[in-house]
Amino acid sequence: MKKEWPLWEVFIRSKSGLHHKHVGSLHAADAEMAIEHARDVYTRRNEGVSIWVVESKYITASDPADADPLFEPAKDKVYRHPTFYNLPDEVKHM
Amino acid sequence: MQTHDLEKRFQEKIDAEIKIEPKDWMPDAYRKNLIRQISQHAHSEVVGMLPEGNWITRAPSLRRKLILMAKVQDEAGHGLYLYSAAETLGASRDDLVMDLLNGKAKYSSIFNYPTLTWADIGAIGWLVDGAAIMNQVMLTRTSYGPYARAMVRICKEESFHQRQGYEIMLTLAKGSPEQKAMAQDALDRWWWPSLMMFGPHDSESTHSEQSMKWKIKRKSNDELRQAFVDATVPQAELIGLKVPDPDLKWNEERGHYDFGEINWDEFWNVVKGHGPCNKQRLDTRRKAWEDGAWVREAAMAYAEKKAARRLQQSGEEAA
Repeated sequence: MKKEWPLWEVFIRSKSGLHHKHVGSLHAADAEMAIEHARDVYTRRNEGVSIWVVESKYITASDPADADPLFEPAKDKVYRHPTFYNLPDEVKHM
Repeated sequence: MQTHDLEKRFQEKIDAEIKIEPKDWMPDAYRKNLIRQISQHAHSEVVGMLPEGNWITRAPSLRRKLILMAKVQDEAGHGLYLYSAAETLGASRDDLVMDLLNGKAKYSSIFNYPTLTWADIGAIGWLVDGAAIMNQVMLTRTSYGPYARAMVRICKEESFHQRQGYEIMLTLAKGSPEQKAMAQDALDRWWWPSLMMFGPHDSESTHSEQSMKWKIKRKSNDELRQAFVDATVPQAELIGLKVPDPDLKWNEERGHYDFGEINWDEFWNVVKGHGPCNKQRLDTRRKAWEDGAWVREAAMAYAEKKAARRLQQSGEEAA
């Protein structure tokens, strides 16, 4: 039997209060082993307090070729940003 | 879209310093070139554990032993980051490993030299990791996203490697005459192979020009080698060791050290497999791969069995 261990994507929460963030990938036979390997590979210097792993094949990614139709519409909507609005100087914080 | 249009847009992105990510279109040659370079880099990290592992059981103190184990473990980690980066380009891990084991893929020739004394562990950290850092700092800005990110992690960790090596050399250089002689002997043996790590002269380098255009590499072999010499010579002087090069001289006009010619016959000889330890290194890797086969298979079989049992249980609960 010749079969590669499946590939897993690893997400680390660097400290409580922050998001888990993608840090890389690794091979492991199952989820439990993936967490153990992730600990050894990605948190040797206190980089994390929590680990998520997910098998890479379950991740669906957007197609780079669709980037324009997906993200272009947000570009001309400057009114979604607070700096779009002119307020009198007397209003100090808003 | 026509291929030449895609290539034009690709080059425009590179020129605009926009990183290329795994699912983006890229020329086949870019992909192949990267798989070759990243996997060879990964192999170097993995094979690089062997000369140092040689001294773990004989480290002179518990402190040195802990440090060396941590360093060797880092090298394994670096190998993994890099293999993962290569896999984002569609390469399979097993194929990459096989290319190493059957001699098709190269790794850094420096690891085909033996570690004869404890001082060699100092020289490797200081010089070999020092030379690697020159290359790797450049690669944190390489055009392929996953490779660049792997390099950022590696560079953060690599700095400790160089410092611990220099500290070993410093300690020996301040020690007894025998210890100082040991440090000098290690420098004598590792200096030239370290300069060879940067590869052939720019004029002789096969992949350089295209790699620079694609910003896979951002500095030439000769530029990096010069930077390494300029940084390292004063460090040797500081601890009273002598760089084994009669032609080494500060050139005021250039603002760089001039240095002697590398023995390129030796370089090509080692690259072609005739260095002192080429055979031993590959034999060790092959044995590790073969001896570990049953573990890899058993872990997979166990995982599959557990998954099947879980499926069956959830079926029973549903029923």
